[in-house]
Amino acid sequence: MKENVLEIKNLHVQFPIHIGTVRAVEDVSLNLRKGEVMGLVGESGCGKSTLGFSILRLLRPPGKITAGEINYHGRNIGNMPQKELLDLRGRNISMIFQDPLTSLDPLYTIGDQFLETLRTHEKGIKKKIALERAADMLKNLGISPNRLSEYPHQMSGGMRQRIMIGIGLILNPDLLIADEPTTALDVIVEAQFLDLLNELREKFDLTIMFITHNLGVVAQASDRITVMYGGRMVETGTAEDVFADPKHPYTQGLLASVPNIKLEQPELQTMPGAPPDLVNPPPGCVFHPRCPHVMDICKQEVPKSFRANGHMSACWLYK
Amino acid sequence: MKHSPTAAMGRVIGGFTGMGRKYGAEWWILIIGALIIGGIILMALLAPLIAPYGPHDQEAGPQLAPPSSEHLMGTDNLQRDVLSRIIFGARTILGVAILAAIISSVVGISLGMFSGYSGGAFDKTLSLIMDSVYSFPGLILAIAFAAMLEPGIMSITIAVAVIYIPTYFRLVRGQTLTIKEELYVESARAIGAPNLVILGKYIFPNVIATTAVVFTMNVGDAIMIEAALTYLGLGLPPSIVDWGMDLAMGKKYLPSGQWWLITFPGVMISTLALGFTMLGEGLAEILNPRLLER
Amino acid sequence: MRPMDKLLEVKNVTKHYPVDKGALAKLFTKKPKVVHAMDDVSFFIRKGEVLGLAGESGCGKTTTGRLALRLQDPTAGDVLFKGQSIFALPPEKMRQLRSKMQIIFQDPFASLSPRMSIGKSVGHPLEIHSDLKNSAVRDRCLEIMEKVGLQPAEFFARKYPHQISGGQRQRVVIARALITRPEFVVADEPIAMADVSVRAMILKLMTQLKEEFDLTYLFITHDLATAKYICDRIAIMYLGQILEIGPLVEVFKNPVHPYTESLLAAVPVPDPKFRRQHPIPKGEIPNAIDPPSGCRFHPRCMYAEKRCALEAPGLQTVSGDHQVACPVRMRS
Repeated sequence: MKENVLEIKNLHVQFPIHIGTVRAVEDVSLNLRKGEVMGLVGESGCGKSTLGFSILRLLRPPGKITAGEINYHGRNIGNMPQKELLDLRGRNISMIFQDPLTSLDPLYTIGDQFLETLRTHEKGIKKKIALERAADMLKNLGISPNRLSEYPHQMSGGMRQRIMIGIGLILNPDLLIADEPTTALDVIVEAQFLDLLNELREKFDLTIMFITHNLGVVAQASDRITVMYGGRMVETGTAEDVFADPKHPYTQGLLASVPNIKLEQPELQTMPGAPPDLVNPPPGCVFHPRCPHVMDICKQEVPKSFRANGHMSACWLYK
Repeated sequence: MKHSPTAAMGRVIGGFTGMGRKYGAEWWILIIGALIIGGIILMALLAPLIAPYGPHDQEAGPQLAPPSSEHLMGTDNLQRDVLSRIIFGARTILGVAILAAIISSVVGISLGMFSGYSGGAFDKTLSLIMDSVYSFPGLILAIAFAAMLEPGIMSITIAVAVIYIPTYFRLVRGQTLTIKEELYVESARAIGAPNLVILGKYIFPNVIATTAVVFTMNVGDAIMIEAALTYLGLGLPPSIVDWGMDLAMGKKYLPSGQWWLITFPGVMISTLALGFTMLGEGLAEILNPRLLER
Repeated sequence: MRPMDKLLEVKNVTKHYPVDKGALAKLFTKKPKVVHAMDDVSFFIRKGEVLGLAGESGCGKTTTGRLALRLQDPTAGDVLFKGQSIFALPPEKMRQLRSKMQIIFQDPFASLSPRMSIGKSVGHPLEIHSDLKNSAVRDRCLEIMEKVGLQPAEFFARKYPHQISGGQRQRVVIARALITRPEFVVADEPIAMADVSVRAMILKLMTQLKEEFDLTYLFITHDLATAKYICDRIAIMYLGQILEIGPLVEVFKNPVHPYTESLLAAVPVPDPKFRRQHPIPKGEIPNAIDPPSGCRFHPRCMYAEKRCALEAPGLQTVSGDHQVACPVRMRS
């Protein structure tokens, strides 16, 4: 059994704003095993990105972690001193984001941005060595090393996204958090990116948390997946299990509503209602107002995670 | 008990303090400004009822008497009661300032919208004219206008109005240029709405919010300009009661120690202008989308 | 085919946008640079059908949608609605024609005026194009809102765009587009911004309304999986040109153009057991200011031959309605 690179235990993240407190992540627990890709999937507002940001304590104020633990190889990130946290970021855990246009500084060359990352963590590294490492990384990404002297605006979207992975991996972290990395990309570039990510995963022995709302992408990229809804985890298991036999009514509804280009699907299922209000979530199971199998207990008590045929589902149906 | 006047007062005060807690200092600034303005407006409206003497009454009391219980602000060289002149003078200054601001805003906003929406040569020409007027120091331009026109209260009003038109024009034109590119305006065009309807129903409502703040600042400024123009002797006959004129007249008597003739008009002008500025600033802060921080 | 079958016809439309350059640069360069948004695009849509217009960014599908409704003017070419050129119409007549040709934009929040109530927004097209009294307009407005699922209509009519959910906003936009009973509707990525669980609802609604109101759609999308659910025919665009067009079932089953093949293969499938077989083309979409010569896809095409860089291929018939712009693949 491979060890856990990341352990999230009963995490709660909240945003106190003027209309009330937004409960963005409620009691989420999950583990990432070494070498696996965990797909974190859900619609907008489900808490997946918030969860991703809180791992590296990158939450924007007023957001804060109000309860729970995040452990990286057994080290608690929550109460880590600032200096240790800064070292952790980039060297052990890296994060890449949705829009490479805004994540790369437009005023600095690609080479400079690699340099900055390297110098922050390895003070005193010689410029020549650093640029050599950057050039090596570019080769891994399928980009000519000559482009180190270019600026972000001189590159296409897909290339910028690859640069972003490059900067993220230059210090050889073992955990990569990818927040909607392909959402802004065209479909062919997206496919190229996913292929590249797979290659890099093997080459660098990475563990990846892949956050997305795209069910097609999560199916192609992940080993295990966790489905989130209304700030809570509703189902988790291997990608094959969850897709083949979804247990939670939300997962079932979601999978039935997504068009599949390879399949002869006569009808797309629709789900009534809308995602929940996170300031005043419904009592009990957060999905119950929209659930076709709702029972009395669902309206009163928050369901625990139950084992249902190989994978876990937070639904009273499987008690 | 819930419907008693005291309870109602309590709710209103509670509402106020609630807003105060929500918005902080800006709310109180806005309230103070509003109270000052409200007080002076009330004074202007009730002038005949509250003034102890007529403003033109040249036998109200002794000549150049200092403030006393009969003449709270003293008397001037023509034996007129200063307090009564102050009270009636509020009408003039408020009337001119507000009317000027209304003229400014109507003309400036309309031109700004049309110019921004039409673009082309019309827009370029008008913008050039407006920018030129805008780059002139306001007071100098107002003096020039007032001097050109026949002396009278309408001339002062027009002079004050003209110098503010470019401000509205530039603000509204800029906003129109942005809003013109918004998807809901393209939607309106796609629906088949005629241009006038687009301007009136889609652009105007989205532009008007920021002009409210400019309007209050405008009135505040107009007060100062009006006072300056009449102080300089441009344009009002003695039959009109005016703080600026009284300020000019009072200046003559300051060296001989009769301070009350210049002080009270001066204080009133400053206070009224301050009131509008405070209202404007408070409004600007509150109408701005604020960062959600605690 | 009878001319009246074609509700909309786009004929050799070209749209170039000028690229703004500094005055000095203008002195020294001979040919002004333009963005080739559309180059010689031709297609037609039959009454009652849904034509999908699919492609990646910069392919020109959005521009095509805008031009089909004369929201912009072409650099060259024409668009015929029921046989009549819409660009030859005087502005006032065109304005009136709009009651028959509507558009649903991608972003429902941005396409509604924040200061107009839902009721006013939905009823507005009717106010403009009909002589109905206020009460009649209001009745029709409530009626269409009920039809699109905004119930109770009176409740929603009073709300403002920021007070309702994204899915509801999209319904509002659909209601507004249909209130004047148009014949032709351009849907520009109507579900791209909606939540995943809401997309199926909007697609179903659009299909249902199409039957009920006898509509014809131009469905613009970047998502081929979605196109499969609603489109009868599909056109694949790349860098301002149509590369393949035909009945959807056929194009998807037997794609002829190499780009269509790659595009279909690249769509991520929500099934972990599925592994992509077809190779992905290298590189990315080139700049629309300086598109490749000849066939615009040739630099990335694995079947490219010498002539592909030299001559731009036109659309040729494969069978029936299915046409492709690729002589290399046509041969095999």
